This record gives sequence, structure tokens and C-alpha cells, in this order.
Amino acid sequence: MILASFLQGANFLDVLYIVAFGLFIYGLSGLTGPSTAVRGNRIAAVGMAVAVVATLLNKGEGNWALIVVGVAIGTAVGVPAARQVKMTAMPQMVALFNGVGGGAVALVAWAEFRNTGGYAHLAVSRVAVHDGIFRYPILEPHVPLYFACFSLFAAIVGSVSFWGSNIAFAKLQGLLPGKPITLGPAQQLINGGLFAAAVALAVVIASGSHSELVFVLILVIAGVLGNFVVLPIGGADMPVVISLLNAFTGLSAAATGVALNNPALIVAGMIVGASGTILTNLMAEAMNRSIPGIVAGGFGGGGVVEGASGAGEHAGTVRSTTPADVAVQLAYARLVVVVPGYGMAVAQAQHAVRELAKELEKRGVEVKYAIHPVAGRMPGHMNVLLAEADVPYEQLREMDDINPEFARTDVALVIGANDVTNPAAKTNASSPIFGMPILEVSDSHSVIVIKRSMNPGFAGVDNELYYDPKTSMLFADAKAGVAEITAELAQL
Amino acid sequence: MPSELVTNLAILVLAGFVGFAVISKVPNTLHTPLMSGTNAIHGIVVLAGLLVIGFSGNGFLNKVILVIAIAFGTINVVGGFLVTDRMLGMFKRKPTPPAPPDDGEEK
Repeated sequence: MILASFLQGANFLDVLYIVAFGLFIYGLSGLTGPSTAVRGNRIAAVGMAVAVVATLLNKGEGNWALIVVGVAIGTAVGVPAARQVKMTAMPQMVALFNGVGGGAVALVAWAEFRNTGGYAHLAVSRVAVHDGIFRYPILEPHVPLYFACFSLFAAIVGSVSFWGSNIAFAKLQGLLPGKPITLGPAQQLINGGLFAAAVALAVVIASGSHSELVFVLILVIAGVLGNFVVLPIGGADMPVVISLLNAFTGLSAAATGVALNNPALIVAGMIVGASGTILTNLMAEAMNRSIPGIVAGGFGGGGVVEGASGAGEHAGTVRSTTPADVAVQLAYARLVVVVPGYGMAVAQAQHAVRELAKELEKRGVEVKYAIHPVAGRMPGHMNVLLAEADVPYEQLREMDDINPEFARTDVALVIGANDVTNPAAKTNASSPIFGMPILEVSDSHSVIVIKRSMNPGFAGVDNELYYDPKTSMLFADAKAGVAEITAELAQL
Repeated sequence: MPSELVTNLAILVLAGFVGFAVISKVPNTLHTPLMSGTNAIHGIVVLAGLLVIGFSGNGFLNKVILVIAIAFGTINVVGGFLVTDRMLGMFKRKPTPPAPPDDGEEK
């Protein structure tokens, strides 16, 4: 009896929440190095378990059957998805998990709205458990204004995040085309209008309306906005979008925490918000683009047209090569730098690349990998794929680290990367990617590009690198092409 | 302003700074696991679902909404941590045997 009341006491539960967010912070600080990262993630998971247990100990807790149903469904869906997903499909998996998080935030906000009669009054049983952890901040007959404000914020941002993430998932999964889908020049105006409408309706509710219709309308408008914000964003901008949506879901969870007076939610949500913001900034910097510019829509309709018409202007010719020639060229090199891109992920060529590198290393060729921060569709995407193929992470070099080395590189082997190698970013002020830091592969003695066709990358910009006399193109699927080179190399 | 709100805002601001301090030390190599790890952490919103459903004033529609919310939150938490664990397993140093079995899930 005494133990039970101690376990359910407000202070004890508060302490458990503090333990939980302490574990989150400690766990995340483990992610600063590959050797401590696994443990860090597990520590954070333990923190989550502590937070869930603390919540279930709460005196006002009930409806156990429904809780079991919800958790069972979530586990049945989440565990197999997480276990079976291929490493190449990781970006869409992260987008999907992010989306359901945002969806949960929006749904909880809706339930809060209904429970309080549209933020009109406190529900009776909540007052009854006010000495438990689950209590309204002040016990007045009216819901405080800030409760409504934070809850409405969570509803809007959660809904934007849910629908935006679903669109990102659909694009990455290939259910929707990766190229920008826009409503034309009116897009920004429409998005601005939708945002203003959602905020205006939120003000209507905060200032005293109890209409559920208005609340649902807010959720719907925010959902449409989420769709419209992500649809025009091209595949190459996905690392920025995924980080941004991650930050959104985190911030909306923190807002839910303020409304429910729950410190674990506030701290966890805010840390995610901070991390998402940092990553978004890093990604945007690596592309030399502003976040508002990206959110306003891809590389813009103009950039694509410009690139397409520019393709005809090149006087240079493209030199095509064969796997056998590439094999010879690589075999007699001292230093080969592999430049992987999204094409490697799509073709799932990372294991083939690793085989090729092994074959080269056997012959005394030094192999390094040049990783552009926005290569792929997710921050650090290439690192994960190459780690899956057992490439030692010491061989993975960041952009600033590898760029000076291209001058002494015999062969730069570009596999499915495009925009991140485009010299136009340095030389052509009218190019849509002008100013973006690139991997300076054209400094190396020769360049081999494995690419399926001459189609421009997601930015829709022609790549001058392909017309460089030092460059030869191997037109092939990344996986098949690399495997053929390895086979030829073995016969030398 | 109610004192709880002031306390919560203080926690909010401090947590933001802690987040910035911790996360900005994470190297590029680990950005994907960082993202999926923090992704799992915002699944903490499942707590909000658990709190609100525990409460007797829920009608039928509310129960449906909240069960979905809890299911979503659980997918987010369980899936997020598992995927991160799998990913990080690949960053382990060579001596570990190839294809280490996945474990370390949590409920």
C-alpha cells in the first residue's frame, strides 16, 4: 500500500521522467563516435522504456485494453518494418517513422480538444488526479490560454509533418516521381494562404470558439499545406526536407509536452528539434542554398528548363568507354578515389563497389571514398551504405578532407553522383547550383563516370564534367557496371 | 503567467541549448543514425497518447483517435530504435564477426 502510493506519487514519477531525459541526453552524446554509438542508442532506448513505465504507473491511468491494442498494432507494424528494410531504403523508412510521429502528435491534440470540450473546461477526472503527475497546470474551471496555444501549435505542425513526410516517403519509394511537382508560380502564394488560414482558424479557437469543425478544418488545411510544401521539392533536396520534418515533429512533441505539463516530452521533443535544425542547416549550407529557398520549391521550374536548353550548347563530345578499358586504367593507378552518389544507392551497388576496391587493394592500389555531405537522399546516406558493405570508415573522406587530394589522384571513379561533381557550381554564375561546394574530381588525372545515360541529375542541370577531355563515361547500371569492371580486373 | 508554464518554458529553452551542444559534436559519418535515433526519440509522443487515453472522459471517437495515436507513436519508437541499432551495428570495427545478429530492441 505504502509502496504503491510512493510509486504513484507525483515526485517519484517526476524523478523517473528526469532519469528518462537524462538517459536521452547521455545516449545521444554517445553518438559522437562510431565506437560508442551502439551503446548510446540503446541507452536512449532504455530512457524511453523508463518514460513509458513512469507514465503507466500514473494514478489516473486506465483503459488498459485499448493501450495494449495500440501498442500491439504499433509493434506488429514497426518491428518487421525496421528489421526487414534494406539499407538502401533507409531514407524512406526514416521519413515514414517521422510521419507517424507527427501524426500521433496531431491526433493527441485532437483528442485533447475533444476532451476539454474545445478547450472550454477541464475534464472532471483530470482534476481528480491533479496530485498525480498527470494534472493540469492550474486547477481552474477554464483551460488556460497557453494550453490552447501549445496544443494548436502541435496540431498544425504535427499535421504538416505527417503529410509532408508521407509525400517524402512516396517520392523516395518511387510511388511519386522524384522531380518537383508544382502548381506553377502561384504555389508560394497558395502555400502562404494555407498557412495564414490555419493560423487564423487557430486564433478563432484560441479566442473562444469551441467548434470541432473549425479544429478539424485546421488539421485538414495543415495537411494540405504539408502536401504542397513537399511535392515541389526535388529528390536532391530530400536530405534537407527530411531533417526539417524531423525538427518539426520534435518541436510539435515539445509543444504537446508544455500543454500536458510533461517534462520528458518537452526535453525529448526539444532535443530532436535542435538536432533537426542543426542537420537542416548543415545540409542547406552544403548546397549553398537557403532553407526558405528550398521550401519554396525545388530548384524552381526555371532551372530545369534552363538546364534542358543548355544541353544542346555543348561543343564538346562525350567519350564512352568499356569495362575492360576501365579495369586497365584502374589496375595501373596508385590512388583511386570513389565518388558515390544516389545512383549507387538506387542500384544497390555498394557491395559491388567494395568487391572492386578489394580487388584493387590486392594489386596495391590505394582506394579512398569521397563523401559529399548531401550525396544521396539523407544526411550521411553514403556512409551508411558503405558501412553496410564493410568499407572501413577510415577510408571515407569528407569533402574538405579529400578535395586537396584529387590533384594526386590517378582515377576518380564517379558512381551515380552528378550534381555534387558539377564544375558549373564553381564556374558558371548562371547555373542554378552556382556556389554549391563540390567534390573537385576534375583536378584528378582522369575521371571515369558510371552512369546509365546522359540524363541530367535531379537538379536538371547539365554536367560539364562529362565533356571534359579527361573524362570517360561508362554507360551502365552502377551495380552491373562495377561488377563487370571487377570481372575484367580479375582476368588481368 | 502560471508558474508551471514558466518552469516548462525554462526547461524548453535549456533543453534546446543542451540539444545544440550535444548534437553539434556528431560527425558527418553518423548523421544518418543520428537522424533516425532522434527520430525514435520524438516517438515519446506516445506518452501523451497514453496519458490522455488513461482518462475516463473519452468517448468512442476519442478512443479510436487515441488508439491510432498510440499505434503511430509505438511504430515511431520501436521502429526508430531498431533501425538505428541495425545501422550502427554496421559501423562496428572489423574484429566483430560478419553479420552480427540484431538485438537490443526495447518495448
